[in-house]
Amino acid sequence: MNPVAPKLRAHLGIALIGVALAVLPFVVGATFGNSWVRIVDFALLYVMLALGLNIVVGFAGLLDLGYIAFYAVGAYLYALLSSPHLALAFPAVFASAPDLPFWLVLPLGALVAGLFGVMLGAPTLKLRGDYLAIVTLGFGEIIRIFLNNLNAPLNLTNGPQGINNIAPARIAGHALSRPLELFGAQIPSVTLYYYFFLALTLLVIFVCVRLQDSRLGRAWVAIREDEVAARACGINTRNVKLLAFGLGATFGGVAGGLFAGFQGFVSPESFGLLESIMVLCMVVLGGMGNIAGVILGAVLLALLPEVLRWGAAPLQQALFGSVPVDPETLRLLLFGIALVLVMRLRPAGLWPSALRRRELAAHADGSAP
Amino acid sequence: MLQVRQLEVHYGGICAVKGIDLDVAPGEKVALIGANGAGKTSTLKAIARMLPASGEVRLDGDDISQAAPHTLVGRGLALVPEGRGVFARLSVRENLEMGAYVRHDSSAIAADIERVFGMLPRLKERAAQTAGTLSGGEQQMLAIGRALMSRPRLLLLDEPSMGLSPIMVDTVFGVIRDVVREGVTLLLVEQNARLALSVCDRGCVMESGRVTLCAPSAELLDNPAVRAAYLGE
Repeated sequence: MNPVAPKLRAHLGIALIGVALAVLPFVVGATFGNSWVRIVDFALLYVMLALGLNIVVGFAGLLDLGYIAFYAVGAYLYALLSSPHLALAFPAVFASAPDLPFWLVLPLGALVAGLFGVMLGAPTLKLRGDYLAIVTLGFGEIIRIFLNNLNAPLNLTNGPQGINNIAPARIAGHALSRPLELFGAQIPSVTLYYYFFLALTLLVIFVCVRLQDSRLGRAWVAIREDEVAARACGINTRNVKLLAFGLGATFGGVAGGLFAGFQGFVSPESFGLLESIMVLCMVVLGGMGNIAGVILGAVLLALLPEVLRWGAAPLQQALFGSVPVDPETLRLLLFGIALVLVMRLRPAGLWPSALRRRELAAHADGSAP
Repeated sequence: MLQVRQLEVHYGGICAVKGIDLDVAPGEKVALIGANGAGKTSTLKAIARMLPASGEVRLDGDDISQAAPHTLVGRGLALVPEGRGVFARLSVRENLEMGAYVRHDSSAIAADIERVFGMLPRLKERAAQTAGTLSGGEQQMLAIGRALMSRPRLLLLDEPSMGLSPIMVDTVFGVIRDVVREGVTLLLVEQNARLALSVCDRGCVMESGRVTLCAPSAELLDNPAVRAAYLGE
């Protein structure tokens, strides 16, 4: 066998994917309209979220049902530091709206979310499985209810009404919420956001790949398989678990900050239990622990509701002459069926990781002297 | 090498280990024998800091009774836990690599993997297989091999014969004999007293949380009370 051929093919594949990702917003924008580019932008946010949760659930094997709380923390921190809300609520403390640069607010949100991750991790170190799931679920709800009620006695979060007028991300002085004139052509805002989110998603993917192959990644695998044996191998299980929670939460915080800037508005409604479950489903459906699988799961589940919203009503109209099932209901129905089918037919997910790992192990052994 | 003084382990209100003393000299092989529920495994786990316990445990003279469990591997103590605890979804080779987690000398680690494979040829044949697909005896060998990967000076072995067929038990004990021949100090917890004493220089009998008798293996094998209670005669 020619050893150059597979390498060349891999490079060609990467180049093709790169070109496809680069032209995607223009193709989608031209064929389906810019609202679909916006949907793709959201899909990228979900990819980041799912990859973050994958660190906790997929790599370290810690079931987290409250992951959306970190998304919320990132989003609200960004919202508070980039909107006039604080100045309006506390005129005595803040003379004017905080005008911090976006590249400072986003990492800050990530950091704070990471701290929240450690805060959740610390008291749950000895819990596993169902017990951990219940505690994390409670944590997610606590954060949401706090956001919902912290409009009194001090109006910190503006309660159910949410925070409005959040400043968009700015790159090189240009706010991404406005179209950019470039060489006489106009690039719409959603396309600018697409490239921005894509760059960050690629960064998150890169970090995840490196983490997976690192010493820390191996320690996560070990505690997922057997915690006592992991400790007997010299792994500091406490720190390793806290790192999983913290790093996963950090990614959630980044995605949250991006979401707040993109949307211009946050409210507690966006951070309910169903969202946590949705992100968990992306991880499970795609293939827990496998980065490519998780990306696939996130893209599929982020696009599914939109495809239904777009296609379900006209299709039913054509078939039955009326719309008996509302697209939103259909979404949950199909979603449930999809999960049952995946668990039944591909229990390790659409694109599982174990197989690949076994292949790699066999490969490594074959090449050993 | 190992000194245990007044070690006590409590589970809620129940006292499983009631203040035992135990000494293991460098290079010595000591068996801890006794019936189910005598406190053998609790003692071993407490020494490895896997269980909260009171009392004093010294390794090479240093008090380790407050040390974090994961630091003990670096001090030369390796535990093969009860029920083997192999990483089921990792390959045999990856399991061995995990055993060398605290080491950073990758070329020496590779050499040690080959050494373990030389000692346990069965594992070499299955190097790329996931550990969960191995038989019970092979998993036990893997657990021992993984513990050896940290180059321990003191090996704590918990019930290596548990759940194995008689033929497999002989094979596994053959492996243990090979391992201790290389000079590692051994503290072995085992219900099969005859086998345990055949490997070890000295045996300690545990009864309901206390060490009732410590003597050289040959003496214990001749002791009528021990023969009646633990050797089925």
